[in-house]
Amino acid sequence: MELLLSIIIGFMIIGAIYALHANDLLSALMAAGIVGYSLVICFLLLKAPDLAIVQIVVETITLIYMVAIVLNSSRKELDKGKRRNAFLNISIAVLVAFALVYYFQLAIVNLDVLGEHAPRMAKAYMDGAAEKTGSANLVTGVLFDFRGYDTLGEATILFTAAVGVLTILRIKGRKEKA
Amino acid sequence: MMVFIMCFILFLVGLYGVLTRRNLIKIVIGLTVMEFSVFLFLVLIGYIANGEAPIIVPGIKAPVFVDPLPQAMVLTAIVIGLATTAMLLSIAIRIYKKYGTWDIREIKNLRG
Repeated sequence: MELLLSIIIGFMIIGAIYALHANDLLSALMAAGIVGYSLVICFLLLKAPDLAIVQIVVETITLIYMVAIVLNSSRKELDKGKRRNAFLNISIAVLVAFALVYYFQLAIVNLDVLGEHAPRMAKAYMDGAAEKTGSANLVTGVLFDFRGYDTLGEATILFTAAVGVLTILRIKGRKEKA
Repeated sequence: MMVFIMCFILFLVGLYGVLTRRNLIKIVIGLTVMEFSVFLFLVLIGYIANGEAPIIVPGIKAPVFVDPLPQAMVLTAIVIGLATTAMLLSIAIRIYKKYGTWDIREIKNLRG
C-alpha cells in the first residue's frame, strides 16, 4: 500500500516538474493534469470516494478553463533571459530547502506510521452518527450537520469568488454620465 | 514515513515553480501543485490500515472506518481551492490583455 502510494506520488512529482519546464504552455497544462488525476487515484486508494468525485470535477473544470485561456493568448514559453546573482539566489534557495526538510523531519517523527492512526477527535462524530444525522455517509454528516457553519462559509467564499470573477472579466465599464 | 516525505517533495516542487518561473500560467500551476500536496498529506494522516470508507452499510456490524473529519475538511478546502484558482486565472487573463505578455518581468518594468 505504502509502496503503491509512493509510486503514484513519484509520477505526480515527475508530472509537476515537466509542467514547470515545458516549452509549450498547452503541454504544460496536460502535464499538470497528470498531477490532478493521480491525486484522484490516491484518494480512491485512501478510501475517500467523496474526495475523489469532487477532485475529478474540480480538476476537469480547472483544466478546461486554463486551456481556454491559453488558446486565447500565446502558447509559447518566454525566452530565458540572463539572470543576475544566480549563484547567490541558488545558494539561498538550497539553504531554505534544507531548513524546511530538517523541520519537516522533526515534525513527522511525532506522527504515527501510515495506517496506525486512531481517530480521537472524530470519535464523537462517529458514535451513532446515523441516528443523529440521518445520513449513511459520515463525511456528508460531518459537513452538513456537525460542521454546517463551515459549509456555510465555504458557500460564501464560492459566491464571493464568482462575483469577483464576473467583476474582473466584465468587458464594458459603466458608461460615464454626461 | 516514505509517503510523507514524497508528499513534502511534491510541496517543494510547487514552491520551486512559484519562486523561479516567470510565466503567470506556470505560477498558477505551481500553486495548485502545492495545494494538492497539502490535501494529500491531510488525507494520509486520517488513513487507517484496512479501514473502510466512512459509509454506513446496514447489516455489517462495527467495521473500522477511516477518519471522516480530515476528509470533510479537505472537501471544503478543495472547493475553496477551485474558487481561488478561478480568481487567479481571471486576474492573469486581465494582465495579459493589458500588457500582451505572460512575463511578470514586463509588468514590473512598466510600473509607473
